[in-house]
Amino acid sequence: MLVQGIKSRPVYTGLAIDLQARRHLFALEGEGIEALLDQVKAVGAQFLETSDILCVGKLPDVKAEYMWSAPTIPVLLNRLNVNLINAKMGTRLYLSGTEGFIGQAMKIALDQNIDFNSIRTEHRGSTARRVQCVHCKGITDDVKTSPFTCAHCGLNLLVRDHYSRRLAAFQGVCIDAEQPGTAPAPVVMFP
Amino acid sequence: MSINTDMAVQVAAIIQVAEKVKRFRLVRVDGLPLPVFSGGAHIVVSMLDGDLLRRNPYSLMSSPTDQTAYEISVLQVEKSRGGSAFLHEKLNVGDKLTISQPLNLFPCDVRGRKHIFMAGGIGITPFMAMMDQMTRESSNFELHYAMRDRKHGAYWQELQQRYAAHRVKIYFDVEKLFIPTDAILANQPLGTHLYVCGPSGMIDGVLNKATALGWPKQNLHSERFLAPLPGDIFKAELKRSKKTITVGTHQSILEAVEAAGIDAPYLCRGGACGQCETSVLGCEGIIEHNDIFLEPEDKASGKTIMICVSRVKGQAITLDL
Amino acid sequence: MNIKFKQETFRGDFTYRNSPENIRRFPFPFHEDKYMYSVNMEPHVPAGPKGFAFESLIDVDEHYISEMHDRALVLKEDPLRCQALPHMMAGQWDVLELIMEQQAAGYPEHFSLTKNGDQWHWINRPMGIDQKFTFGDASTLPYEPMEYITRQAQGDFCIVDQRDNNLWMDAGMVTTQADWSLDFDIGMNFMEWHGPVPLAHQMGVFDRALKFLLNLQQSKPVRRLNWTMTINPRLDTSPENYPKWGPDRMTVTPENIGDKVHLRCELQSLWRLPRSNAILFVIRCYLLKMEELVQVPKWARRFHRVLRDLPPELADYKGLTKFRPMTIDWLSKYDDGAPTSSGIFPE
Repeated sequence: MLVQGIKSRPVYTGLAIDLQARRHLFALEGEGIEALLDQVKAVGAQFLETSDILCVGKLPDVKAEYMWSAPTIPVLLNRLNVNLINAKMGTRLYLSGTEGFIGQAMKIALDQNIDFNSIRTEHRGSTARRVQCVHCKGITDDVKTSPFTCAHCGLNLLVRDHYSRRLAAFQGVCIDAEQPGTAPAPVVMFP
Repeated sequence: MSINTDMAVQVAAIIQVAEKVKRFRLVRVDGLPLPVFSGGAHIVVSMLDGDLLRRNPYSLMSSPTDQTAYEISVLQVEKSRGGSAFLHEKLNVGDKLTISQPLNLFPCDVRGRKHIFMAGGIGITPFMAMMDQMTRESSNFELHYAMRDRKHGAYWQELQQRYAAHRVKIYFDVEKLFIPTDAILANQPLGTHLYVCGPSGMIDGVLNKATALGWPKQNLHSERFLAPLPGDIFKAELKRSKKTITVGTHQSILEAVEAAGIDAPYLCRGGACGQCETSVLGCEGIIEHNDIFLEPEDKASGKTIMICVSRVKGQAITLDL
Repeated sequence: MNIKFKQETFRGDFTYRNSPENIRRFPFPFHEDKYMYSVNMEPHVPAGPKGFAFESLIDVDEHYISEMHDRALVLKEDPLRCQALPHMMAGQWDVLELIMEQQAAGYPEHFSLTKNGDQWHWINRPMGIDQKFTFGDASTLPYEPMEYITRQAQGDFCIVDQRDNNLWMDAGMVTTQADWSLDFDIGMNFMEWHGPVPLAHQMGVFDRALKFLLNLQQSKPVRRLNWTMTINPRLDTSPENYPKWGPDRMTVTPENIGDKVHLRCELQSLWRLPRSNAILFVIRCYLLKMEELVQVPKWARRFHRVLRDLPPELADYKGLTKFRPMTIDWLSKYDDGAPTSSGIFPE
């Protein structure tokens, strides 16, 4: 479970297929596939006939109008961008997977001026965080502890409960700036 | 402390632009420039009709950057409560009025990849200012404008001339030409925004269709000016002012409160902005909620009312005023 | 009124000081002997004794030149302190017009603006700037309009877009901030960028403030005061540079409190912008050393009481925990327990 009550973090309310949408565009990563399968169980498979499904790695065992597997997240994001440029109003975007993945895919959509409130999201998989070091601006993926060491500048960073949709990252702030060398030991907080 | 930023204006011109539609050009009495505004903004016009103070909201239709004058267009409404009748029949060039600062409750989402305007009748006015603004900002827009007939429709020739027929499409009810909403909404690029202004029925029809075609509500914008509906006479007890007033058939609670010399906050006077929300301390009767601001659960609670458009069917209401 | 501009620093040797006249114009943020969050907004109209910080609505004071120099240094090191999302261009021009008009109206001997249609002529005498440009054409200015004018105006500036019944932090010039990052917060809505503030969410402060601001009207700006404390007169207390200013907090001793510990007041003003329908959020920072503060006996008594009775969560959030007890102790010498008059102005 993700930590609740962080005001700046998006609320991932679930994929909940919008049956009024004329097309459905899915971008899924890892356990995100399960969220799609749960929707098929809940509302039936008919929506798949008007769905494009983009996945990182393994494809789900369903029949959709179109399915495509990307080898990595960056490759999927490029493809998602092209799909969105060509998409029409009435297309609903669904994102599921780890928070870092949802955030990066949502960023692509925001850049196409799609309002984030219209995007349906469901968190699945690890609760590890993607964190931006506020000092050097470098982003470290898959952060499981706080504090952690910035992969770029090496400062000891406290992971604040403050999330930027535009950066798709939490904020990391130096924990021992006042007295360098006094950082507490890392504790696993985001398994 | 409340600061009055209303402006005294004078009617510089009155032009009959179509059957039952007049345009009024307003300039400042003190000669100062009028404030710039954003497309979609309206002003509240205060007019002294004999002893009666009327205050009605009208969309600004002139160029938002033209600081020499504001222009509004007013449709003469049958069975009008008096505002439009006063402007059409009694107001002359040179007469003075008071107007509020511009207020925008119908702004464009300038992030949009494309903007589609749908206007019905006099609902064209906010779009005229918006199109002027969007032209300056090189935004991508198109207008679909439905009117009763060629005689009653205002500005359609000018608009087609200025923006070209491919951007301004016109439809006349009597010629059985209707806005092909389904076809228009089916093929717009993702990131398009839709704006509707016109009769309530038209707005509901277009928004329902858009929703059925999968448009998310974040991309749908509408403005309806709700004239306060007439109703039965009832009493309003104003607890804090220690006064009881009578609200007439053709009067809103807000107007009756103002007539009694009591200041109540307001902005849009059309049930949209929430500024005049007032706590209800008691009610003998049923509150007729005519606003579009309160959530259904607020309306059901009976504890709050928008006094600019809502009223009571029954004997009396007690308000925290 | 001819302001005598000072040359001073907000880093390194920290030569910043307030003249005696400048102390008395400080916008002291406590109107009573205690402090808690509230939607403490009032109309932003001229108020207070002559020369007070509320006299002109965009305030210019003796630190103007030095603050503008410090801003330029910050931007050189970190250009991300000034950003605007692409849809904010109309708002940028709104801000340029507002600041030029207010500064020219408030300080005609220092600034002047002449408009001839869209051909504008701006003169900023203290900074030696004489600029002719076309209003609406960004290529006639050396920077984008918001950056151009906020390099010539004291305080931080955020342009907040209004959509979907919310406010969005979509542009800003932020170099004198109390520990928040524009680069991180840009694009956030009102609730999101206030996310890290403790207590206030539960109190409903932000819900009420948002409702109020959504109906903010043209020509009716409002203001409120906010505060924190800073060690050394440092304007740039950004999270980005925390490793630079964080260690300052360890240098406070009972002997240097009067010189090192500063009350940092933010005069926040909010303006509805005409072209963009956005809101300009001005956050003007004023710094006052403890030894300057105690020269106004009312403020000395009151600040002692406020700091003593502050809820610990708030002290923690504002980063005061390490030096608060020492400062209370130091201030207690100036609090004889006498009653204070209400309101913020000196007696």
